[in-house]
Amino acid sequence: MSYITAENLIKTYGRGDAVVSAVCDVSFQIEAGEFVGLMGESGAGKSTLLSIMGAMNAPTSGTFVVDEIDIYSLNSEQQADFRREFLGFIFQDFCLVPYLTVFENVMLPLTIVKKGRKQKQVMVENALSQVALLEKAARLPNQISGGEKERVAIARAIVNEPPVLLADEPTGNLDSKTSADIMKLLQNFNSDGMTIIMVTHSEACARYARRLMRVSDGKIVADQPFFGKHLAN
Amino acid sequence: MTLKHISIKNLIRRKGKAFFVLAGLVIGVSTVVGIISYIEAMTSDINHKLEKYGANILIVPRTENLTLTYGGFSLGGVSFEMQEIREAELAQVSSIKNARNIAALGPLMLGVVDINSHKVLLAGVDFKVSAILKPWWQLQGKLPDENGVILGAEAARILKLKPGDRFETKDRHFVVSGILQPTGSQDDQLVFARLSTAQALFDKNGRVSMAEVAALCHDCPIDDMVGQISDALPGAKVMAIQQVVKGRMQTLGQFKKFSFGISGVILLIGSLVVLVTMMSSVRERTDEIGIFRAIGFRKRHVMQIIFLEAAIVSGLAGIVGYMLGWGSAKAAVRFFVDGHSGIVPFNLELAAGAFILALFIGLVSSAYPAVLAARLDPGEALRSL
Repeated sequence: MSYITAENLIKTYGRGDAVVSAVCDVSFQIEAGEFVGLMGESGAGKSTLLSIMGAMNAPTSGTFVVDEIDIYSLNSEQQADFRREFLGFIFQDFCLVPYLTVFENVMLPLTIVKKGRKQKQVMVENALSQVALLEKAARLPNQISGGEKERVAIARAIVNEPPVLLADEPTGNLDSKTSADIMKLLQNFNSDGMTIIMVTHSEACARYARRLMRVSDGKIVADQPFFGKHLAN
Repeated sequence: MTLKHISIKNLIRRKGKAFFVLAGLVIGVSTVVGIISYIEAMTSDINHKLEKYGANILIVPRTENLTLTYGGFSLGGVSFEMQEIREAELAQVSSIKNARNIAALGPLMLGVVDINSHKVLLAGVDFKVSAILKPWWQLQGKLPDENGVILGAEAARILKLKPGDRFETKDRHFVVSGILQPTGSQDDQLVFARLSTAQALFDKNGRVSMAEVAALCHDCPIDDMVGQISDALPGAKVMAIQQVVKGRMQTLGQFKKFSFGISGVILLIGSLVVLVTMMSSVRERTDEIGIFRAIGFRKRHVMQIIFLEAAIVSGLAGIVGYMLGWGSAKAAVRFFVDGHSGIVPFNLELAAGAFILALFIGLVSSAYPAVLAARLDPGEALRSL
C-alpha cells in the first residue's frame, strides 16, 4: 500500500441548485519521499485538495489514508494530533504570528509537545540554521523581508521533522531569485526523505518537483513524473 | 515557550483590548469592594452611634400580676411579690458573654415626692451613664450634687422653679441646679437627682427600681443578650425594646440590600464588557487561531490560551479593583460620614473575595469566546486570510 492514498475524493460546497464541486472524484497514490507538484488555474481545486490532504477539510465523500491512517475517520482532536505529528504546513502569505519573534514562531509547533526545553531549543536552532536565519531569531516578522518570512514559515513547518510537508504557493509573493532559493531548500528536504506536496502556479517552481499533477475543474487531468530540475542535478 | 508565554505576548500586543477588559472588571470589582467596605464602615459607625442613642433593654423587678374581674367588670389588677433589684446584683451584667457589646448600664430609683404641693416623680440616676443613654439631653445649668436636682422642662414650668431655686421635700432641702430643655419624652415631667440621693430619700439604699441598658452589635442578636442578662439576674425581668432594635437592624438591612443590588448590576455590566471584548478579540484572531489549530493545537490548547489571558487580566483586575474600592470607601466615609475617622481596615477576606470574584467573572465571561475559538475550523479560519 502507498504511503498516501486518496480514493474517490469529492468535495462540494453549498446545497441544492447552489452546489459547487471543488474536487470531483479524485484518486491518487503518493509514495514516501516523493516531491509532488500540484498545478492548475485559479479555482481549479488545488488548495481544496491540499486542505483535504492537510486534515483540515473533510471531503464530502471518499477516503484519504496516510501511513494506513484513515484521516477522516478520526475525530477533530485526533486530526489535530495527526497534523502535529505527520504534517508540516507552509501557508500562502506565510501565516506568521505577528507578536512572536522568529524564534518563537518556529518554536510554536513544539509548544504543545512533551520535550525538554533544551531539546526544543536545539530543534528550533537546527531548523533556523537550515533556512539560514539563526542570526535573525530575535526579530519580529515585521522586521524581516518577504523571503525571510517564507523561510521562517518553512523552518516552522520542518521544526518537528514531519514526514510530509504541504506547501501552498510557497513562492507566490517572492521574486524569482528568492523563489529559486526557497525551492532549492525544499528540494534539499526532499533529498533527505521528506515527502513534499506543493501547490504552485509557477512552471519554474514546478520544475523542482519529481511528479506533476495537473488539476482542472476539480479533477486531476494529468499525473506524470517530471524530471526538470532533478535531471539537472 | 509555553501557552502562558503566548497569552502574555498577545496581551502585550493588544494592550487596548486588555485594558478595556481590565477596566470593565476593575470598575465592577472596585464598586463591589467599595460598597462592601463602605457598608462595613457605615454599619460600624451606625452601630456605634445607635449604641449611644438610648436604651434598648430594660431590667425591671420580677412581679406576679393578678387581674381582677367580677361579674364581667374589670376591676384593674394588682402586683404582688415584687422582688426589688439590688444594685450589687447589676454588676453581674458585666460578666455576660456579650458584655463588650453593652455601651451603658443605667440603674434608676423611682419614687413620688411632694414639691410645692404637687406630686411629682423623682428619678435617681447615674448622671455619667445618662450622658451615654440620653445624649439628647441639653441642660441649662449644671449637674446636681447630692443635695441638688435637675428638672424636666414641663416639671419646672408646673413647679415654677428655675436654676438656683430651693425647695423642701421629705424633710430635706434641695437646690435646683439645672433645667432640661424639652425632649418630648417622659423626661420632661420628671425631677432627676443622683441615684444615691434618691435611694436615701426613699430609704432604699443599695436597691434600684429598674435599669436601662444600651446594647447593640451587628453580629449578635439582641434576644441572645436578653437571655444572657436574664441568666445573670434570675430575680429580674429583662425585656428588649424590640421596636428600636428591629428598626435599627431593618434600616441597615435595607441599605445593604440596596447596595448589593447595585453591585450586582454593575458586575453584570462588567461581565458583559469582558464577554463582548473577548468575543471581538477572538474574532480578530481567527487567522491566528487557525494557524494554531493547523499546526496541531488541540481545542483545549486554544481554550487554555484564551482562559490564561482572561485569568491574567482578571487576576490583576481583582488586585487593582480591591485597592481602588478600598481607597474609594476611605474617601467616601471621610466625605459622607461626619465625624468618621476615615479608617477603613484592610480586610484580607474581602481582598481574597475580590480576587476570586474577578477571576470567576473573567473566566465565566470568557468561556463562550474560548469555546467559540476552540471550535474554529482550521480550514475555514485559514480561508479567511
